[in-house]
Amino acid sequence: MAKKEVDDRFKKFGTVSFTAITKTNDFISYLEKGKVMGTKCKECGAIYFPPRSDCSKCFNSNMEWFEVTGTGRLLSFSELKYGPVGFEDDLPYTIALLDYDDYKVFGRISKDISYEDLDVGMELKTEFNTLPNGQLSYVFKSP
Amino acid sequence: MPRVAVVGVGISKFGRRKGVSLRELTFEAFKEALEDAQIKKDEIQSVITGCASDEFAMANQPGAQIQEYLGLNPKPHFRVEAACASGSMAVRAGWMTIQSGLADIVLVNGAEKMTEVSTPKATEIMGKFGDSTWEYPFGISFPGYYAMLASNYLATYKESGKTDLAKIAVKNHYYGTLNPKAHMQKIVTEEQALSGFIVAYPLRLHDCSLISDGAASIVMVSEKVAKRFDKPIWITGLGAGSETHAIGRRKSLTSLESACVAADQAYKMAGITPKDVDVAVVHDCFTIAELIAYEDLGFCKRGEAPILIRNKDTYLDGLIPVNVDGGLKAKGHPIGATGVAMTAEIVKQLRGECGERQVKGAKIGLSHNVGGSGQFTAVHIYEA
Ligand SMILES: [Zn+2]
Repeated sequence: MAKKEVDDRFKKFGTVSFTAITKTNDFISYLEKGKVMGTKCKECGAIYFPPRSDCSKCFNSNMEWFEVTGTGRLLSFSELKYGPVGFEDDLPYTIALLDYDDYKVFGRISKDISYEDLDVGMELKTEFNTLPNGQLSYVFKSP
Repeated sequence: MPRVAVVGVGISKFGRRKGVSLRELTFEAFKEALEDAQIKKDEIQSVITGCASDEFAMANQPGAQIQEYLGLNPKPHFRVEAACASGSMAVRAGWMTIQSGLADIVLVNGAEKMTEVSTPKATEIMGKFGDSTWEYPFGISFPGYYAMLASNYLATYKESGKTDLAKIAVKNHYYGTLNPKAHMQKIVTEEQALSGFIVAYPLRLHDCSLISDGAASIVMVSEKVAKRFDKPIWITGLGAGSETHAIGRRKSLTSLESACVAADQAYKMAGITPKDVDVAVVHDCFTIAELIAYEDLGFCKRGEAPILIRNKDTYLDGLIPVNVDGGLKAKGHPIGATGVAMTAEIVKQLRGECGERQVKGAKIGLSHNVGGSGQFTAVHIYEA
């Protein structure tokens, strides 16, 4: 008997994911196409990154996807010398937050940029990447 | 409205408590609180326990272990979880239980046993206090969240520097040496604090609170019952707030909105201003958190927290002594116990029982307890 298929695409996100199922699973399919996407409420225009499938402003669930493009300003960053279980091979790595005005994107800085070369306020872009363990993610790079 | 008083407090020794279980730690605090209140166990009518993590407890419903071990069945009991603010939210729930008329004598416990898991496992558990769907997959750690606040704070206020963070560590470690219950009784110099290894840039070893085991218990009573007791300390103001789970949805990285709204509510309810506070304990899980707390609580203007610590205004003889029990930094931060231990410390300060770390003539006290990286904040105000 064939098992009922479970849409657990989200488990492919990041080095270690504790989430498998969300209504925003299409985020992963867009990542597979090289696109980092957020959602926009078709009713009230609210913009969400990370993407949401339900609007907390007007309570509609009529959302459309938009692509994170251009650059964001580096709002903050930290180079981590210690990480959780499963991240040992990645250490050290730099986490960061980019401000795109309408939304902010949390993620990691590309390995080819040292945290010593980072300045709050500098412009960086968000780009899809595949991790060494085959998982899907995105990374911040120089524009 | 009638008031609620705290009439008994107990704190276990905080530290790496090898050989003692979660329930046994709580027994130490509970016994001390009962003796302090001079009441019998059977007089307790209702119980609330703050405990943050099933993963640290390696069990579900750890509260039930505690309730049975304290010999309090079949009295009503529930657990409160609000990450690192579990303890203060349990105190808040205790206040509500009394004010609703459901009980006149309530026991509130806070407990956590954190040192039985490995450091990477502890980092995983703490990291998952953040957004496990969108942030954890990047490998964020708990120090990572506060490091992000620190980077932004230092960049926003150009006059501030890493030496200001170090000065917080120096102060709190110094006061830890005056607190026999503190996890660490060791002075740290500014040079040591500035040269410790980096945990999450710009935070170094001495910018981070300790992973500790500990428990605290308090006995809360209605105003009607409080007449029986010699030195009731009144809870005159309560405030609470919440913050987005995802750090990317915050309005600010130099302030916790949850703390600002909590402080505002608590001051209004107590009918006081920040200037009236004689002694405060604030949530210094990281040194940056204490600086931000000075500003969120209105002890100084935005961007001026570094001046407060440079002038030693938050030392014992300063304008507003803060964390003269060693803070989470030196006392330790057994998550669920922290908020209840904060209440216990302020009660002792307002009774004048703190010995070497006593703030002379303290009449009004404040506790500020933050869960996660701001997702839950509780501010309580106390009066003698
Ligand atoms: Zn909407």
